[in-house]
Amino acid sequence: MIAIFHNYGSLLLQGFGQTLLCSVIALIFSLIIGSMFAIFETTPSKFLRVIARIYIEVFRNIPLLVITMFFFVVIPMFVAKINGFTAGTIGLTIYTSAFIAETVRSGINSVDPGQMEGARANGLSWWQAMRYVVLPQAFRYVIPPLGNQFINLVKNSSVLAFVAGFDLMYQGNVIASDSLNTMSTYICIGILYLIITLPLSYWMRYLEKKLA
Amino acid sequence: MKKLFRLVSVIVSSLALLLVLTACGSKPLAEQNVVTRAKQSNTITWGVKADTKLFGLMDVRNSQIKGFEVDMAKALTKQILGPKGKADFVQVTSSTRMPLLKNGNIDAIMATMTITPERLKQVDFSRSYFDAGQSLLVKEGSPIKSVKDLNHKGATVLGVVGSNSVQNVAKFAPKARVLQLSDYAQAMTALKSGQGEALTTDNGILAGMSVENPGYVLTGGAFTKEPYGIAINKDQPQFKHDLNHALTKVERSGQYNRILKKWFGNVPGMNVKEMER
Amino acid sequence: MKDFIDAYSWINIHYLLQGLWITVIVSVVSILGSYILGSILGIIRYVNIKVVSPIVGLFIDIIRNLPLLLIIFFTYFGLPNLGFRPSSVWATILAMTVFESTMIAEIVRSGIAAVDPGQMEGARANGLTYGQAMYHVILPQAMKKMIPALVSQFISLIKDTSLATIIVLPDLMHNAQIVYGQNSTYILPMFLMIAIMYFIVCYALSLLSRSLDRRMS
Repeated sequence: MIAIFHNYGSLLLQGFGQTLLCSVIALIFSLIIGSMFAIFETTPSKFLRVIARIYIEVFRNIPLLVITMFFFVVIPMFVAKINGFTAGTIGLTIYTSAFIAETVRSGINSVDPGQMEGARANGLSWWQAMRYVVLPQAFRYVIPPLGNQFINLVKNSSVLAFVAGFDLMYQGNVIASDSLNTMSTYICIGILYLIITLPLSYWMRYLEKKLA
Repeated sequence: MKKLFRLVSVIVSSLALLLVLTACGSKPLAEQNVVTRAKQSNTITWGVKADTKLFGLMDVRNSQIKGFEVDMAKALTKQILGPKGKADFVQVTSSTRMPLLKNGNIDAIMATMTITPERLKQVDFSRSYFDAGQSLLVKEGSPIKSVKDLNHKGATVLGVVGSNSVQNVAKFAPKARVLQLSDYAQAMTALKSGQGEALTTDNGILAGMSVENPGYVLTGGAFTKEPYGIAINKDQPQFKHDLNHALTKVERSGQYNRILKKWFGNVPGMNVKEMER
Repeated sequence: MKDFIDAYSWINIHYLLQGLWITVIVSVVSILGSYILGSILGIIRYVNIKVVSPIVGLFIDIIRNLPLLLIIFFTYFGLPNLGFRPSSVWATILAMTVFESTMIAEIVRSGIAAVDPGQMEGARANGLTYGQAMYHVILPQAMKKMIPALVSQFISLIKDTSLATIIVLPDLMHNAQIVYGQNSTYILPMFLMIAIMYFIVCYALSLLSRSLDRRMS
């Protein structure tokens, strides 16, 4: 195992970096898209609510691998050439945004509806009330579940291995078949994933307790 | 104090768990004699490809794998175990075949696997049963005429994880970027969707792909020699001897040439007469 | 259009349905297995038995923070070292069961914790033993709270079986890849078809949970 770290250190480091990079990019964009659809779901407009519902239900019920492979294989044939890393990050973003939308929506719903009414009565527009009164409170509730979504995101980023996205899992497969030391390689890969996910998950549990 | 105790116990037990896992990972497998076991069960389990036309390809109609290697494996099984011997097939990919063999899930690999010095450190090989050479598959009309045309920055070559062709690219076109996909079906799909300029692997496999995919052609000829062998675990001298013996018999009886003709007879760019044994 | 008609020939659809069948079988067995194992682990975690609970907790935390793909590799490539030789179907079932049961353990633990502690005290005061109170009073209430989380976990499980194509599990995803690997004009039709198939299975489960939820409340 030490030999794996010693011989393939640079590959492992590169994979670790790519995994982190794509997780962070996907988190930022899925947070934006997810919050957008969550707001759509709580608007008075029926049209926007239906759009949001369809988006969320579709992407929550299709495997991430199918979405990612779609962007890697189908999109380049008809639209534009995108590489494995990009395809993987887009797939992760879309998939995760559907879950984040659900999380943020339940956060918004847990804010007392009186808050919205009060803000509106004080002359704020619906959007202003959402932006300055409801959302800031909603986000406090949803920080622990969002953290858990990020942990899932890091774990799910292993689909990049299917599309040659140079992430940790991809490098693991390459190293395993090069060194032929399958188990040791995958244990090393596991440790590197735990370095990211384990502290995060303990931190989220601590936050949950504190907020409860 | 309680917190500290918990932290320490967490660290200690995680180290213990790791140790157990590592011990599992490095423990050599005490393999029984494959021939004895095969004779008892009247079965040899072969690892074959299911995504490689002409060698081993899944037939969607009846979920059976068909190809040159499958027919050869059946012929060899009958030579070793007698006419009632059964050949079992397990689908493998370039990245799963070695662990499966070393773990004993399969008895032998017959999956377009080149005999190389590095692999000989890990496994044993039979005599070569097919002589391939590495080549390139490109879109018709592509400016790439040989492997040298790929030796520039920005060129992307597609290959498969665990195949030695990706290592050869590093030798012949060190400046090119190599993308390793998980199997040939994936790699071909990636070539079609423009993820790379060329797909590299052995000419026999590429010939099968060009038959299936009009508009894609082999180019540049073979730039390496790739003798395919049947991989088996080390310390199985009897099995190796039996395999080589069976191979000789299949070749002498003319069965080899019949199987060869059946699969490669009508493939453009393949000269069956040259390959006959 | 012609591509679609060709792609959806009975031979191809039949092959996809065989894949779907494997996906469903693997999912159902893993759901049952992980539900049982997960509940046991979750209760052990909740009741805080000395030595056992911290070890179980650590096991849960390590497994649930690893990518499922790694767990699949561990079972498929690692178990034979211990003397088992799982086929890709059994390796997947085992990997899914272990991985998902750690996720379910967390759901069960927090579900029980969410039940008002006064309930337990009340039940004990009425002469029930701890076990009886747990089984008759606490668990049924916790169950009601857990259903949405459990079902979405089961839906994840069904979707995640697609990852096992990497160890050549002949599931829906794998069979689709075999079909479009043989003819590139089938790529788009195959993707649409498997997306629809996965959607139907997963969405049906979520509708089921919603009606269950309504009936219980």
